[in-house]
Amino acid sequence: MRVVVWLVEGTWPACVDAVRTHAPGATDVVLLHVADPGVPGLAHGAFAGLLGRGRSEPDPGDLLETLGTASAAELLDAAAERLEGPATRLERTGRVEREVVAAAEGAGLLVLARDGDRSRLGPHSLGPAGRFVVDHAPCPVLLVWPEPAPDVTTIPPPPPHPPHHPHP
Amino acid sequence: MPLAAALGSPFAETLSVVLLAAVLVCAVVRPFDWPEAVVAVPAAGLVLATGAISWDHVRAEAAHLGPVIGFLAAVLVLAKFCDDEGLFQACGAWMARWAAGQPGRLLTAVFALASAITAVLSLDATIVLLTPVVFATAARMGTRPKPHVYACTHLSNTASLLLPVSNLTNLLAFTASGLSFTRFAALMVLPWLVAIGAEYVVFRRFFARDLAAGALPQRAEEPPDLPLFALITVGCTLAGFVLASAVGIDPAWSAAAGALVLATRALVRRRTTALTVVRAAAPSFLAFVLALGIVVRAVVDNGLADALDSLLPEGGSPAALLGIAAIAAVLANLINNLPAVLVLLPLAADSGAGAVLAVLLGVNIGPNLTYAGSLATLLWRRIVHQHEHGVDLKEFTRLGLIAVPAALVPAVLALWVSLHFIGG
Repeated sequence: MRVVVWLVEGTWPACVDAVRTHAPGATDVVLLHVADPGVPGLAHGAFAGLLGRGRSEPDPGDLLETLGTASAAELLDAAAERLEGPATRLERTGRVEREVVAAAEGAGLLVLARDGDRSRLGPHSLGPAGRFVVDHAPCPVLLVWPEPAPDVTTIPPPPPHPPHHPHP
Repeated sequence: MPLAAALGSPFAETLSVVLLAAVLVCAVVRPFDWPEAVVAVPAAGLVLATGAISWDHVRAEAAHLGPVIGFLAAVLVLAKFCDDEGLFQACGAWMARWAAGQPGRLLTAVFALASAITAVLSLDATIVLLTPVVFATAARMGTRPKPHVYACTHLSNTASLLLPVSNLTNLLAFTASGLSFTRFAALMVLPWLVAIGAEYVVFRRFFARDLAAGALPQRAEEPPDLPLFALITVGCTLAGFVLASAVGIDPAWSAAAGALVLATRALVRRRTTALTVVRAAAPSFLAFVLALGIVVRAVVDNGLADALDSLLPEGGSPAALLGIAAIAAVLANLINNLPAVLVLLPLAADSGAGAVLAVLLGVNIGPNLTYAGSLATLLWRRIVHQHEHGVDLKEFTRLGLIAVPAALVPAVLALWVSLHFIGG
């Protein structure tokens, strides 16, 4: 089975651990990192806003692109080391959520971590990118908590007057 | 008889407007990758040759811009050699240590350092030298770099309010306002703090999700070498600003002395060449600023001043200052803050220092609203696509729509309070 593991800064170790725990039979593990070109783009834009400096200073966005490639490679290396098994490293660049969905095509499982605000449990614990991937993934999805999962007692109490749903 | 005088004022008016448009378009488009001065300098020559601007006014403009340009060159050299001395690398290490593996703390450190560096070494230093260091620090920590890089771009604008050296717009306004260096700083310190505080609150909320994502366990990092020489030189330069303005010397000399000390040290240690020092001063940029100033002066002389005279609100009430700042912010977002400030300064200077500083608040904070600093640049980048780089324009603009009013309005009110207590 091919398992695609979407790795994001800050939360990726939980995804790698999840592969070892929940998909020990994986024959082909793909460690995926998607670089957001928007971050170097911010630096390109800020530099473009400096009118008149065209040739006298280097564009910092170019440096950010180089640094980004290096840090993505480092992240994938660290993930491969943590996995302690054979894995394919895949680095893509583009709209993060769409790249992840595209990379998951034909996979038997996609592993990702919650990428939202986890201080309030509920819909916000999935960010827009995570939400999109969960909704559009072309394969089963394993959604893990970056930290140990909260226990059942954290569920908020039910509303006092539950709405009446018509039962068919 | 000058050509413009022979042909009458409509000709001079049209010519100077067309030339200004050409200079700005070429500065945005940068045809054949030419330096911006390649078009701006001949344009300035043309307004002069045709008599669209008088020699007296050119002399006045050159006398006005000369010290500004010298000041700017000195600060650019200062920043470049602070970088060579390892100041910005040390900043990266300091931020990582302070952050202690927490993205929220890293954002605080980025805010503190980016604000200080923008104020002292100018916005160019933050964008060109600090942003890559911040990105690398975030990457090494294993945290998401976006909030921190966004902070650099926003603070390069918002935190450039404090000192005349922080932004070229300030240098231009500083000479127009007739304020001393220390008085300028005293009036701007409250708006500066208020604007940065507002940005900080907006950022903590806007990027709450990215900041909550966590980071990797902290690595043991070598404590950085303290760039003592650069820090002492910058400190002495700052003290020199205060001293120079107290005894009535142009503070540009203090900046020049600081730049000279760092450049000489690098030259003596054979770490740099004379050519590198000259290039660090960005001569083509300086020529562009002077030429743009002359062309804008021609436009203002030939009728724009009359046309815009009624545009800026009069008086020093909070409402008038808000109106001035809002107009300045809108103009900066349309064409870029450099030409905006050149156009608005002659109009605001008549209303006193309060109006000039309100213009500055608008042109310095305003550009955070539009990607690439102005609609003109943004549209051009969209047309050529080559620089699109996948920035989420919706997100950028959404942040700007929250952060710009949140910073600008309290900053203007803070300026009004400062003017009230310190006096323009």
